[in-house]
Amino acid sequence: MMGSVVYAKTKALTDVEFHYCPGCTHGVIHKILGEVLVELDILGNAIGVIPVGCSALAYKYLNCDIHQAAHGRAPAVATGVKRVRPDNVVFTYQGDGDLASIGTAEIIHAAHRGEKITTIFVNNAIYGMTGGQMAPTTLVGQKSTTSPEGRNESVCGKPLKVSEMIATIDGARFVERVSVHSPAEIRKAKRAITKAFQYQLEGKGFSIVEILSTCPTNWGMKPVDALNWVKESLIPYFPLGNFRDDINGGVRK
Amino acid sequence: MAKGNVIFDVDRCKGCGLCVVACPKKIIALDETKSNIKGYNPAYIIKMHACIACGNCAIMCPDSVIKVEKIGEDVDEKSIDERK
Amino acid sequence: MKGNEAICEAAIRAGCRFFFGYPITPQNEIPEYMSKELPKVGGVFLQAESEVAAINMVYGASGAGGRVMTSSSSPGMSLKQEGISYIAGAELPCVIVNMMRGGPGLGSIQPSQADYFQATRGGGNGDYRHIVYAPASIQEMVDLTVEAFDKADIYRIPVLILGDGMLGQMMEAVTFKEIKKQDLPAKDWITDGTKEKREPNIINSLYLEPELLYAHNLKLEKKYNAIVDKEVRFEAVDLEEADVVCVAYGTTSRIVKNAIETLKKENIKVGLIRPITLWPFPEKAFDQINTNVKGILTVEMSMGQMIDDVKIASNGRWKTSFYGKSGGLVPTPAGVIDSIKKILGEEI
Repeated sequence: MMGSVVYAKTKALTDVEFHYCPGCTHGVIHKILGEVLVELDILGNAIGVIPVGCSALAYKYLNCDIHQAAHGRAPAVATGVKRVRPDNVVFTYQGDGDLASIGTAEIIHAAHRGEKITTIFVNNAIYGMTGGQMAPTTLVGQKSTTSPEGRNESVCGKPLKVSEMIATIDGARFVERVSVHSPAEIRKAKRAITKAFQYQLEGKGFSIVEILSTCPTNWGMKPVDALNWVKESLIPYFPLGNFRDDINGGVRK
Repeated sequence: MAKGNVIFDVDRCKGCGLCVVACPKKIIALDETKSNIKGYNPAYIIKMHACIACGNCAIMCPDSVIKVEKIGEDVDEKSIDERK
Repeated sequence: MKGNEAICEAAIRAGCRFFFGYPITPQNEIPEYMSKELPKVGGVFLQAESEVAAINMVYGASGAGGRVMTSSSSPGMSLKQEGISYIAGAELPCVIVNMMRGGPGLGSIQPSQADYFQATRGGGNGDYRHIVYAPASIQEMVDLTVEAFDKADIYRIPVLILGDGMLGQMMEAVTFKEIKKQDLPAKDWITDGTKEKREPNIINSLYLEPELLYAHNLKLEKKYNAIVDKEVRFEAVDLEEADVVCVAYGTTSRIVKNAIETLKKENIKVGLIRPITLWPFPEKAFDQINTNVKGILTVEMSMGQMIDDVKIASNGRWKTSFYGKSGGLVPTPAGVIDSIKKILGEEI
């Protein structure tokens, strides 16, 4: 008896196997990003800008035109692309080192100008690719290879809350923080990403979805424990929710 | 109640175990008697007949290893398990 | 027309429709002119948040198929070096203008030629080159800017227009000739969306496997060799009869020409090699110099950078010496004359 497909791999992903660590939720985020592009029928129209970080190889995995950008510069690159190709959908995909450390000027100014691009910001509170150094979003007390005793607030401050910060910029019309630590949260994340791209499709301005993600390897945890750590430790500091949704009348509760 | 058929691309599985906790019916486990080509214990369905085709496992899988099909009400248990 | 503005007008007539820049003295007329004129032809002007952002906007715009330009001055050019390395590695076409000022560091706002090393050796990481044009008049600025866009497209390479603050501010009569449409290679590599009908186009300089990166570098080298073969430009004056040959480019070459005219009256024969491409450097021009020349004098508005290339090109055949000024001071014809006489004096 023939069944119907409930879930199958999206055509937005190539056949190349991900090099990401077991349980790394970059894979989940690539997936839902791809599914949104397919569902909005913009895969053939999309141009992505990928960062320096674990996802520097994302050009092997995503079935759309891609620019590989210098560390932190993706929003500037995306600006150049969108100004030449205003009818294409342009997105950046960036980690917390890329966006919140070296790239703070570029993300703020892309938002400030209201660039009609969409940023997928993957926040796993650590530097993954380079082996686990402290990130601007690393929690106070969280150990890393450059904060071996745990992040010291008096030396390097508290973690940076990117969504809250960007939401204060008028050009940023949709700002939401989500997580992917369970199927329910993944579905919510996908809805946020869909809304973010809709803002671009309607020419409304800059949109960003911050996605709390895991790094089991550099957090020194099993993948399943890493999912729990997002829930128990990251979310209390980085609350989930919408911070800006201008079309729909401000912040959605 | 929907019934499901779950297919794993076994050699792509990294044994991360996220599908195991994502499954609401707790019918997925990592097969410790086997190693796939990557050297991981691949995920598998312990009791396919209990699958409700919710798709949570596939949604959770970071490597798009899992395909979930919904099958009709009248299929008997034996043929579901044989299809694994 | 003022030099800075002439470059812009030339760029627009050459089809440039995208400009990303940032204010810095002495090139502010460039973004200001582009902000006014580009929108009139349906182009896009954007003042970026920094020179770093601007060059990355160029990287994006070029990869997406746009004819794009940026400009800056020395300290801002330092900021662009990372982006230029990426652009060269990803083989993207673009035009970059540097109106040089005194350095190092914040330096001064007066003209200089102290970015020769940065321009010809490349301030960014890795093995790469970009074509460097050194105009010596406003007309040349116009003609070279127009050519720069086509060369950039033909070779998929950044092209640098290296001026100095003086050339940017100078006003001279200019003719905008009709631009011949060249046959340019098809841009089938740009990111304009797959439409799900082709494989994705990737703009990239990352090659993690050594064999692949080496192969890529060999490919770049082949391109650079082709440019060395075909794109060298220089002006050579009186090399066969000269007692001394000067080498100078840009504004400095005009000062040297002035000195040469004066010395003619004293029956002292001085030749000049004026590189118009700094990379590729006109090494072959040196083969035209008569073997009995008493010395080669390099004149620069710097502490001596092009002199390294002059020594390489001379290859031990002649004594090389240097006269220059930096900090924004300008070498004088009298200073050039003194240096030339010193070379001749030493021989007597």
